[in-house]
Amino acid sequence: MSLDRLEVEKIAHLARMQVSGAELDAVAEDLSDILDLVAQMDAVDTAGVAPMAHPLHMAQRLREDKVTETDQRDHFQAIAPATENGLYLVPKVIG
Amino acid sequence: MHNKSIAQLSASLRGGEFSSTELVRHYLERIKNLDERLNCFVTVAGDQALQAAEMADQRLREGNAGPLTGIPIAHKDIFCTSGVKTSCGSRMLDNFVSPYDATVVERLQNAGAVMLGKTNMDEFAMGSSNETSYYGPVHNPWDTDRVPGGSSGGSAAAVASRLCSGATGTDTGGSIRQPAALCGITGMKPTYGRVSRYGMIAFASSLDQGGPLTRSAEDAAHLLQAMVGFDHRDSTSADEPVPDYSATLDEDLRGLRIGLPKEYFDEGLDSGVGDAVMAAVDEYRKMGAEVVDTTLPNTGLAVPTYYVVAPAECSSNLSRFDGARFGYRCDDPDSLEDMYVRSRGEGFGPEVKRRILIGTYALSAGYYDAYYLKAQQTRHLISDDFKQAFDKVDVIMGPTSPTTAFAIGERSNDPVTMYLSDIYTIAVNLAGLPGISVPTDLVGGKPAGLQIIGNYFQEAKLLNVAHRLQQVTDWHLAVPEGF
Repeated sequence: MSLDRLEVEKIAHLARMQVSGAELDAVAEDLSDILDLVAQMDAVDTAGVAPMAHPLHMAQRLREDKVTETDQRDHFQAIAPATENGLYLVPKVIG
Repeated sequence: MHNKSIAQLSASLRGGEFSSTELVRHYLERIKNLDERLNCFVTVAGDQALQAAEMADQRLREGNAGPLTGIPIAHKDIFCTSGVKTSCGSRMLDNFVSPYDATVVERLQNAGAVMLGKTNMDEFAMGSSNETSYYGPVHNPWDTDRVPGGSSGGSAAAVASRLCSGATGTDTGGSIRQPAALCGITGMKPTYGRVSRYGMIAFASSLDQGGPLTRSAEDAAHLLQAMVGFDHRDSTSADEPVPDYSATLDEDLRGLRIGLPKEYFDEGLDSGVGDAVMAAVDEYRKMGAEVVDTTLPNTGLAVPTYYVVAPAECSSNLSRFDGARFGYRCDDPDSLEDMYVRSRGEGFGPEVKRRILIGTYALSAGYYDAYYLKAQQTRHLISDDFKQAFDKVDVIMGPTSPTTAFAIGERSNDPVTMYLSDIYTIAVNLAGLPGISVPTDLVGGKPAGLQIIGNYFQEAKLLNVAHRLQQVTDWHLAVPEGF
């Protein structure tokens, strides 16, 4: 399995993560090597094998639907890059 | 002081031989003098440590001290600590001071342990050499031109060089056991769910597990005791009874059935490491254990399976780092998309990017069945191998890592070769089993590890088996020259 620059750009876009033009070839080569390693899975027939999502086959715990946390907004927002009136500030979304 | 075990330090503190404050000052002094050569610590929290030591001394004076009261430890910089930076080895979190403590941090603090600082690690725990850290590589105290292993390399090197009496780590594919092996110390990955993941920055949530790195199995029992237990704040925390890990350390091993999987002794294993592992197995024979050949036929699938499951979960977990609420934000973003793309592009290093991209690809439309579903199926086969092996044996033994510590830079440009460093440890995470690495005899002057794998929630048995070896050999007492 080998990926080219264009495919890496597409994946980077899906991940919303910049990969610079200078990095693209090296990244494409590394990812292709990793996919070659991963392709060893294909040698095994897994027809009828149940997928294993969790090591202990646990079910999700449920709790009563009531408020258990106190309001810590100011505390949590103290480490944010930018806030105003208790809201997180990001670049303008609607023009 | 720094050569004493946790139990010895605890006895000295209770006996008034020295105070926790004196002990903490001694370790801080060692860190100041020696860590320049090793780079084990991202943050040294001296003032907080001395305050905590003062409180511990008060508890000692009042006579209500536990076995960890006043004992200086270090936390891997993946555990959130309120008031002390938690970087996860990344530029992304270089400015991050968590608003809360991880459960592991809180529990060790309640037990009276004193945090000296936060240890260096591969960025977001992704690596086997500690070379992917934003804060530079950690050096192995046995040979400072070599890696300490990873990702808990700072914790392992700090314990090996006695810059702390024990440390916490996390293990997603071998990140406690492999650095423990390469630095000549004891490191345990408990059963998945045994130690709370709350406040432990997530890499691959179905694989991540916290555990102790110490100089002996006895010390590991003390640290683990304070770390384990059900936590409602972790949705996959195991609600299982917690035994007294120290109580069974000395149990007799006559009749113990040890399985040696033939796949763990194949051509990829360094012959010196193989001999050292077999010498350890011989010690168990002398203690009356029965050694049987066993097989884990799908061992070869473990690394390929892991490099789908772990990156897939990582790409999902690390989507939270978007520059909006905490962590790194790029300068002057001109749109929301630009803020995401550049904050993540500038905040993450190359290995983290590779894994996010692989995971994003494996989960993208049209590829899910071929990669993620297929890997979940092969994961089942790997897990079934262990189930069948444990029908006939009590523990499985083999090497922790195929080689001793490799040179810094030797594998850093070849991700696939680096990934294969974890060939014997990765399957244990995929199955969710507990495993421990203990030092064998030195191989060419360098440490190597014996890995002991147990059935689910058999941590007490693993610590017992590891401890007995350390009663009949002095391999775990070897210390690196100059430290």
